[in-house]
Amino acid sequence: MSDGYVSLEALTLAYGRSVAVDRLDLSIRRGELLALLGPSGCGKTTTMRAVAGLLEPRSGRIRIDGADVTRTPPNRRNVGLVFQSYALFPHLSVFENAAFGLRLRRDSKSGVESRTRAILATVGLENLAGRNPSELSGGQQQRLALARSLVMEPKLLLLDEPLSNLDARLRLEMRTELQRVQIETGVTMVFVTHDQSEALALADRIVVMRDGAVVQTGTPEEIYNRPRTAFVADFVGFDNIFSCREGMLVSDSGSVDRTGNVPDSGALAWRPADVVVGSGSLRGRVVASSFAGQHREYVLESPLGRIKAQVPAGEPAHPIGGEVAFALPPGKAHPLPDDGG
Amino acid sequence: MNRTWTSRLVIFLTLAFLIGPFFVIIAAALSGGNSLAFPPQGFSLRWFIAVFEVKSFRASFGLSMFLAVFGTLAALLLGVPAAYAVTRYRIPFGEAVRMAVAAPIIVPGIIVGLALLRYLVVPIGMTVTVALFLAHTALVLPYAVRVVAASLENLRPDIEEAAVLLGCTRFGAFRRTVLPNIRGGILAAFILGFVTSFNQVPVSLFLSGPGVRTLPIDMLAYIEMTYDPSVAALSALLAFLSIGIVFAAERFLGLSRYV
Repeated sequence: MSDGYVSLEALTLAYGRSVAVDRLDLSIRRGELLALLGPSGCGKTTTMRAVAGLLEPRSGRIRIDGADVTRTPPNRRNVGLVFQSYALFPHLSVFENAAFGLRLRRDSKSGVESRTRAILATVGLENLAGRNPSELSGGQQQRLALARSLVMEPKLLLLDEPLSNLDARLRLEMRTELQRVQIETGVTMVFVTHDQSEALALADRIVVMRDGAVVQTGTPEEIYNRPRTAFVADFVGFDNIFSCREGMLVSDSGSVDRTGNVPDSGALAWRPADVVVGSGSLRGRVVASSFAGQHREYVLESPLGRIKAQVPAGEPAHPIGGEVAFALPPGKAHPLPDDGG
Repeated sequence: MNRTWTSRLVIFLTLAFLIGPFFVIIAAALSGGNSLAFPPQGFSLRWFIAVFEVKSFRASFGLSMFLAVFGTLAALLLGVPAAYAVTRYRIPFGEAVRMAVAAPIIVPGIIVGLALLRYLVVPIGMTVTVALFLAHTALVLPYAVRVVAASLENLRPDIEEAAVLLGCTRFGAFRRTVLPNIRGGILAAFILGFVTSFNQVPVSLFLSGPGVRTLPIDMLAYIEMTYDPSVAALSALLAFLSIGIVFAAERFLGLSRYV
């Protein structure tokens, strides 16, 4: 595992007695944009803080660019971190915020000046250099936080939920911006998020975490199309997941005999769009129905519990409360070999 | 009478009750007569001049200034780290620390003064000046902690981490990112502490010895002996000084944001 540009080896992180991350192995390539994806409490933010040096690992090793930095203090690691709240210095102007690290390093005056101007231009803030951070919009504040880290040419740039504080329009803008900056500067970026669409859209590679451990690593396409566990499948929109046992499809609510169509173990998953409504061998009662433009979404109460379905809006509508036939087509089933839960 | 008029009357009476004595003092200080009286007899500014000629007032003014300035500085030296600790860390017995720090305000000054006299000055022979200094530091400490803690709570804790990741040491991060942002709070705490210390009576009463008196205590002693309007003139001058300081603090620092 030590072939990566950044590698975490058997990293164990804990707050007091509670272990947040247990023997994590992770390898990050130079110049890639990696997402740590997982629900809150999965250890992704803790991992990020440890890589930055803000949290001392209980055991394990962190290597960056060949050097063991496990015991290197955060101010000498040259790892940048863009905080979720941006953490801008309120008493300093936009320019001085961006120049902060260079001034500490005692770079020459003209060097600080020109490099700060250049980085502010990169993030499109060159005309706002004299303002106070409080006079910037949320998107501008984030770009300043990005510039403040980037100007130091960090070996690694970490971003904590980079899009979560922005509205929908700014998210799209910032997403493009981050990708552009990453291509322009070639910096290795790791960002933490709980939003799968953010991870899918932005990352070169996604690491899905759960309970302090990695459950799956892959490209966005792999994670989206070939989740290996029910947890990951659920995360990327397979809302109907059932385990398989002796030819039966089993859920918490009951089971259905599907001999010949299901494996002996593991689980099968269907996206709502793959469920057929209006025909099939299974029956359910419509408990919710909502029109969403191009399609209609149903929730069906069935012997397998609640089924989420999505059908083209052109098909005839089924009233709430009515019985309806539906099918889980075997051809559309996505197998989850790793677990049955 | 409708409700607006009732409430206006209540406000007027409250203010008259609070500020009224101040006008009585000023009027008495402007008296031309030889004894402290209201209404004043005649009009004269001579007591405002006479008060500067009272020798003991000069000494006690000096002591009060010394206690107010250095007592408050000492309280800030202890109070800023304490405020930082209680706002930034979940320290063991944090609530107890907050309570202990507030104790000198809650416990009546008479008791604090008596306790210091009984357990510090008398048994170990501590000099009165040192005891006064310790007492004033302790009395100002609660204000220092509270006011500085309030301005720390308005400041995001992660800016320090941001500074560390840009190359600062922990202390450097505090100095470069925290201190500049709580400067207003520290100045406000200083002014509040200064005024509190300067006007302090009950504790100082117990800790005054021969030749060592704070100004308020000296004024008390003075009117016991000499019942002339110079004390009123001094009171008026001190009141204007306090008003001036608080007004300047509010005008330039927004003192009311911190208290």
